[in-house]
Amino acid sequence: MGTMPEDGTRTAAEDLNPDVDGSLPPASVDDAVRDAEERRWTPAKIAIWVAIALLGGVAWFMLAVVRGETVNAIWFVFASVCTYLIGYRFYSKVIERYLLKPDDRRATPAEYKADGKDYVRTDRNVLFGHHFAAIAGAGPLVGPVIAAQMGYLPGTIWIIIGVVLAGAVQDYLVMFFSMRRGGRSLGQMAREELGVIGGTAALVATLLIMVIIVAILALVVVNALGESPWGVFSVGMTIPIALFMGVYLRYLRPGKVMEVSIIGFVLLMAAIIGGGAVAGTEWGAAFFHLDKVTIAWGLIVYGFIAAILPVWLLLAPRDYLSTFMKIGVIAMLAVAIIVVRPEITVPAFSEFAGRENGPVFSGALFPFLFVTIACGALSGFHALISSGTTPKLIEKERQTRFIGYGGMLMESFVAIMALVAAISIDRGIYFAMNAPAALTGGTVETAAQWVNGLGLAGVNITPDVLAQTASNVGEESIVSRSGGAPTLAVGLAHIMQQFIGGTGMMAFWYHFAIMFEALFILTAVDAGTRVARFMLQDSIGNFAPRFKEASWRPGAWLCTAIMVGAWGAVLLMGVTDPLGGINTLFPLFGIANQLLAAIALAVCMAIAAKRGSFRYLWIVAVPLAFTAVVTITASIHKIFSSVPAVGYFANNAAFSKALADGKTSFGTAKTTAAMEAVVRNTMIQGWLSVVFVVLSIIVIITAVAATVKAFRNTTAGIPNLNNEDRPHPSRVYAPAGLIPTPAERELMAEWNKVPANMRAERAGHH
Amino acid sequence: MSAGAGFGGLLHPVAQALRGLAKYLQGVMGADAYRKYLEHHAAAGHGTPPMDERAFWRDRTDRQDTNPQGRCC
Repeated sequence: MGTMPEDGTRTAAEDLNPDVDGSLPPASVDDAVRDAEERRWTPAKIAIWVAIALLGGVAWFMLAVVRGETVNAIWFVFASVCTYLIGYRFYSKVIERYLLKPDDRRATPAEYKADGKDYVRTDRNVLFGHHFAAIAGAGPLVGPVIAAQMGYLPGTIWIIIGVVLAGAVQDYLVMFFSMRRGGRSLGQMAREELGVIGGTAALVATLLIMVIIVAILALVVVNALGESPWGVFSVGMTIPIALFMGVYLRYLRPGKVMEVSIIGFVLLMAAIIGGGAVAGTEWGAAFFHLDKVTIAWGLIVYGFIAAILPVWLLLAPRDYLSTFMKIGVIAMLAVAIIVVRPEITVPAFSEFAGRENGPVFSGALFPFLFVTIACGALSGFHALISSGTTPKLIEKERQTRFIGYGGMLMESFVAIMALVAAISIDRGIYFAMNAPAALTGGTVETAAQWVNGLGLAGVNITPDVLAQTASNVGEESIVSRSGGAPTLAVGLAHIMQQFIGGTGMMAFWYHFAIMFEALFILTAVDAGTRVARFMLQDSIGNFAPRFKEASWRPGAWLCTAIMVGAWGAVLLMGVTDPLGGINTLFPLFGIANQLLAAIALAVCMAIAAKRGSFRYLWIVAVPLAFTAVVTITASIHKIFSSVPAVGYFANNAAFSKALADGKTSFGTAKTTAAMEAVVRNTMIQGWLSVVFVVLSIIVIITAVAATVKAFRNTTAGIPNLNNEDRPHPSRVYAPAGLIPTPAERELMAEWNKVPANMRAERAGHH
Repeated sequence: MSAGAGFGGLLHPVAQALRGLAKYLQGVMGADAYRKYLEHHAAAGHGTPPMDERAFWRDRTDRQDTNPQGRCC
């Protein structure tokens, strides 16, 4: 690899001579000056933080204690933002000061490996946006909606507290450690730090987890588009739009990214508006009215083709479109919530908070709420983005706190806004939309009857309301549109129409929301399939070297087919599952995502231990222990629970017995074939859960072993192996956070006086 | 650039802010990649001439074919 250190025994600061070139100002603010600045509490500074703490306290009080008949959405904004600010200013500083100890005198990979292509120093604010766009997608928009079944409070607490103590910590640590290793991936770091067994288990687990995550994201899209001609048309149009943009950028006007993104955006809006017109015609309604199985097969075929097409043709242009939409949508949602400030009537804890047979997702609050909301609180998938791409672009070491920790706080805020949007709609509509058709019966009459029969406080819904809502958003029906995306879309349409356009615009906003969720998910599906394909090729390459050649077509196609086949199979299981795919499979998504987080945190713990930071190891150990307990408990429930709705094998046994008894319909399965499908699916899902949890436990055990060994070495005075790249002195300077401090400004002014030809990256000669 | 200049001094800060926003968005989308490449090329003092814009973007997406970058959920 060429990046291994020559000598494992040195420490970071020893062979780093900051004064390589006396003509340049220092590359870092003096430690003593920064310290004094941070510890100086002026009255104004104290007043600001007291105000933030008070406002946050009042907001939490309103949400958690007062819990009036209704609660205003603005309190969610204040509670979250104030907590984030305090977490960022105080807790992330503790991590920086005592655990990571970044050193601005050290050059980042973007400086010492600068190549103008992959390793490019990037302005911290730009990189913040870039990194945020890479980590945030449909996940934080979907999980909180599904978790709203239990009331607003459990989800709100987990999203806000979870991100401060776990999610943002993981992203920050992974990014920092990867940066110190020249931008190595999580898999490579696991191999180096945990050895062959731990590293291999981490690799296989990552691969399987990606399959599950892609499959369930795809399931969300299928559920949103099933029987929706408008949605199918407008989302389908993104393919020709992206192809056009790709050709435009390659042949017509290379490099005009903004221009083509604006053209693409306009075409996208036209596709949404046109979708309404097309779905209104008889042929359009007939042609684009597809059932879920057909859409699932379409998505599988699309996934395979998209993953073998060259990046410039489909993936890159759609990524531009997706980024463009992401920034716009999130800004729009934030403004709308702050301006409209909807009143929330959902209770803090719903009737389902104390039960494990909720219609939206099955399982008790602990542990299943904590896996249902993964993205937004703690998402292991981020470890794959925070290692690799972003660390190669960071300008200064101290900026990792802003980009890594801060970026994740931003995603958490998106999750809070999604939660607010989902709970701003009537609870009766919420349950009618999110329960599987097996329960609601699929028609407005049966759905209203079922919802009213649940005995929920203050819920009394009529079939007319359900029919009216469906017609407002331009859909044939909204009953049993599970998966989270349609509910969020109704919530968003509900809020946005108060802001712009009134009821007449609801259909547009609904399909706008479906469009951007589908866009984010399709991009994640594409990119996920490609990344997984390369991981598979690399693994097979250890036995058959030909597979390591990325350009060898048969190998690439075979591995793509294997990966698409794997997620496609899980997707079809979900779509045909008579119990409702989301209800049983969504927890598996969260479990997979958080097992990956456990793996990432385990690797970070081993690294931190090898650096000798034992006093502050709890910063990593606490979230690791929590996520390990949550995911392992959830897995055990899924494997051993005797409740068929929760346990895969219990369900399997129930259906097997019914088949053996000669029944032709059982529970929600109306035919023998459907019953056999349940038996098959539950067996596969059950064994997948077993494999995941075993692999993750292996990784955690090897990480604990590495930590203990590091501790013994340290007490015995034996230096631990250091896998960081050799330090290079930095010859550039930039401030660490959003707003430069006075000392940082002073140093910037000094650097601005340096003639341009001396500031440039002469470190490039190596 | 003289956008907003004709509207007197009042619109000037607005135009400036909009231009700043456009520049920021370009950075986030990666639209300024070629400019940064040229800067690096000039600063590093390579003897060879830099790639032209078309070749640069071609090379960029073609390298992504063999080095895919994840997008999160």
